[in-house]
Amino acid sequence: MQAVIEARELTKSFGSFIAANKLTFDVMPGEIFGFLGANGAGKTTAMRMLCGLSIPTSGEARIAGFDVYTQTEKIKQNIGYMSQKFSLYEDLTVKENIRFYGGIYGLKIPQIKKKTDELLHELQLTQEADKLVRELPLGWKQKLSFSVALVHDPKIVFLDEPTGGVDPITRRQFWDLIYYATSKGITVFVTTHYMDEAEYCNRVSIMVDGVIEALDKPSVLKQKFNVDSMEEVFYLLARKAKRSE
Amino acid sequence: MWIVWKRYFIYWPEKQNVASNVKQLFIFIQKEFKHVFRDRKTLLMLFGMPTTQIILFGFALTNEIKNSEVAVLDAAKTELSQSIIQTIDASTYFDVRYHIQNTKQAETLFQKGKIKAVVVIPVEFKEAAFAQQPNDIQLITDASDPNVSTTIRNYLTTILNSFFAEKNKQAASMQIVPEVRMLYNPELKGAFNFVPGVISLVLMLVCTMMSSVSIVREKEMGTMEILLVSPFKPLYIIISKLAPYFLISIFNLVFILVLSVTLLGLSIKGSVLLLVLASALFIITSLAIGLLISTTAKSQQNAMMISLLGMMLPTMLLTGFMFPIENMPLGLQMLSNIVPSRWFFIIIKNVMLKGLGFMHVWKEMGILTLMAFLLLVVSIRKFKIRLQE
Amino acid sequence: MIEVNNIVKTYNKGKVKALNGISFSVGKGEVLGLIGPDGAGKTSLFRILTTLLLPDSGEAQVNNFHVVTNFNDIRTCVGYMPGRFSLYLDLTVEENLHFFATVFNTTIEENYHLIKDIYEQLQPFKERKAGKLSGGMKQKLALCCALIHKPAVLFLDEPTTGVDVVSRKEFWQMLGRLKEQGLTILVSTPYMDEALLCDRIAFMHKGDILSINTPKEILASFHRELFAIKTTKTFQLLNALRSLPDTYTCFAFGESIHWVPKIHTTPSALQSIIQALDENATLEKINPTLEDCFIDLLNQPNASSN
Repeated sequence: MQAVIEARELTKSFGSFIAANKLTFDVMPGEIFGFLGANGAGKTTAMRMLCGLSIPTSGEARIAGFDVYTQTEKIKQNIGYMSQKFSLYEDLTVKENIRFYGGIYGLKIPQIKKKTDELLHELQLTQEADKLVRELPLGWKQKLSFSVALVHDPKIVFLDEPTGGVDPITRRQFWDLIYYATSKGITVFVTTHYMDEAEYCNRVSIMVDGVIEALDKPSVLKQKFNVDSMEEVFYLLARKAKRSE
Repeated sequence: MWIVWKRYFIYWPEKQNVASNVKQLFIFIQKEFKHVFRDRKTLLMLFGMPTTQIILFGFALTNEIKNSEVAVLDAAKTELSQSIIQTIDASTYFDVRYHIQNTKQAETLFQKGKIKAVVVIPVEFKEAAFAQQPNDIQLITDASDPNVSTTIRNYLTTILNSFFAEKNKQAASMQIVPEVRMLYNPELKGAFNFVPGVISLVLMLVCTMMSSVSIVREKEMGTMEILLVSPFKPLYIIISKLAPYFLISIFNLVFILVLSVTLLGLSIKGSVLLLVLASALFIITSLAIGLLISTTAKSQQNAMMISLLGMMLPTMLLTGFMFPIENMPLGLQMLSNIVPSRWFFIIIKNVMLKGLGFMHVWKEMGILTLMAFLLLVVSIRKFKIRLQE
Repeated sequence: MIEVNNIVKTYNKGKVKALNGISFSVGKGEVLGLIGPDGAGKTSLFRILTTLLLPDSGEAQVNNFHVVTNFNDIRTCVGYMPGRFSLYLDLTVEENLHFFATVFNTTIEENYHLIKDIYEQLQPFKERKAGKLSGGMKQKLALCCALIHKPAVLFLDEPTTGVDVVSRKEFWQMLGRLKEQGLTILVSTPYMDEALLCDRIAFMHKGDILSINTPKEILASFHRELFAIKTTKTFQLLNALRSLPDTYTCFAFGESIHWVPKIHTTPSALQSIIQALDENATLEKINPTLEDCFIDLLNQPNASSN
């Protein structure tokens, strides 16, 4: 199977500071890939390069088969992005938000209509379709924001700390959505501070000081470090970190 | 309500010792200065703005009519008329370029844009009976730009007035001078009228905008929560937040005055003490407005917008230094009465340019004091000792 | 040290309910953890107890001072760390600490012993502006600033949100040492694993306290049978389990699925139910985690009706 994200010695430096140092990894279609790291480890820098928002200093990377140096526009059409900070327009209704993002990604009007109905139905938000996003509870906003990131059927979706501040049930409902997306073949690339969420991932990588220190299935990593949880794995690795933000 | 007010604000130091309070205030104010001096943008605004405004307003305005080309139509051709023309030509503002014979020529010169004014000395000027009246001389100006035309007319009139005054020293007391304004600005420097305007603007901006933004920033950062939860009294928080801007404003005032004196050659006619006193009053008023804005503004941008739209615009438009208030519709005239800078503008114009004393500005000072007091009371009462909901 | 009695707080003239009449108390030297999602009312509670907000009704006392009438006294004896780290980003580490010490009418020297452990880690950066510190460092500095006046009660509103695991661990070690010095601490957190480190925890949801007890008691109060199922097809099995009438709840939990069946039967009978859905799945009876307990509480009818 062809990897959907291929990174080879991907490096980004700012002056003498190497934010991301020779990152090499593959992510397979339909995989949930956890991208972990302490504050300042270089996660954001790496993610920006993979999204085509920032040109690498050296190394290679192909996202959905497109080159991060030359085909950033193609990349953008094939990825979805969601973060806790960036998401929806609070002063637009649920419907208007979906329509807007559909429009941005160049969906045709009948397509948008169909997508809107589908999404509202999947999320059981039909009743709230004409409510302002501002009025929705945080959990619903997160779910909606995830679905909107998928409105153009991207191959990969990048989630930057998607689930903060919600109760455990809502958080799991969100993960149900992620599972559902991967069952349709979408690849999920996710960063999180919740180490238990790291255990939901098929594979995780842990970045320390710009370098990927570990990359494997959670169960294998736990075995390797002889501990019970990803939290301890992370602690053992990140404790050595010298730099911060 | 009054009890609450008394309890939270007039909580005077008998309970705590004064020395530690003073120390707290001092450290707080020191911190505030650090904020100002570590932010280049703020610094640039503080000192760059008055400098550029003074220079721009000052020079742009005088340049506007410097060396304006005029034509003369001397029908009298006497010694007197010749010396009048020489006087006009000798002034830095006018160049007598054309000597014309009839008004038709004037018209073509105007149309071609060669001249800005024509000075017509009528034949009757020969007769001694008229010779002492400057008003007999006709001034024709190009009114396509009314502001320039008015200024030119005023300047020419003044030159003529002083010429005749010089000429007939004994008769000078009899003379009726229509233009009052020029009397206090004998060197005809238009920039001077803008100095009070610039002072009002800069003080308003520093006090209102910067103080409100700096208070709202503490709310945004969450530090206000900690300050409120500390034993430091809310009134002291207010004092410490406003004091630095008071000092900076006074410094700014001095800075502008020094710039005006050195760069524009302005001489301060009246009492500097009175000037500073009036400015202090105006600064307090502006700070109170800033405090008031900070109690309602939700974000720094919000505070900035309210300060700019709510305070800068009225200051520029309704103060009288850009557009004379007398020419405004009645509604706007009434509205201008509640703009503090309007009164401040009158005071400094009178003190600085006309050299008038306290007796001539006490009314305006009184209005400003009242405004400062009312605004301070309202804004301090509105300042929340708890968080807003 | 903290007494809360039937506190009600609403916003927007009663339209938004933040706290629906909650009561609890915290003893001296106790660490009480408030666990709950955003909007549960944690921050409102903190602000009422630190005298920043007035409750609509109800009574509360901190260190025997009433939060409404004696608020000036409370303000001298509590330390507070609001949601985001409230520091002056353009002041250096040392300047921040010095400033807050002065505002609280004390000096760094006077109470240096309280912050010594924490401040020593910041010492190398004391000339650095707070804005240039990492999340973990900012958090430590904010804690120093909240401790510098030797408060009797410490209020920490989500001090570890957005901070990585390493800093979080260190932070809780510090709280442990402060507790030993007799400090009473009220702390909120979205992380269940941190809750275990508190003496008692209160699960908050939509303005109510669903349960308040020691972690041990809370775990013991979980009365259902809980099974962990391991499978490679998590999503498919989750869906299949959910459509079973015998399923009470089932949620993904890390690498496994936590399944609470409605029926009481032998493990082998359950094993066969599972294997009918996914032949590779394995089943194991496990003890609940705090998160299981919270989910269970959330699923009770009185919790979801609000």
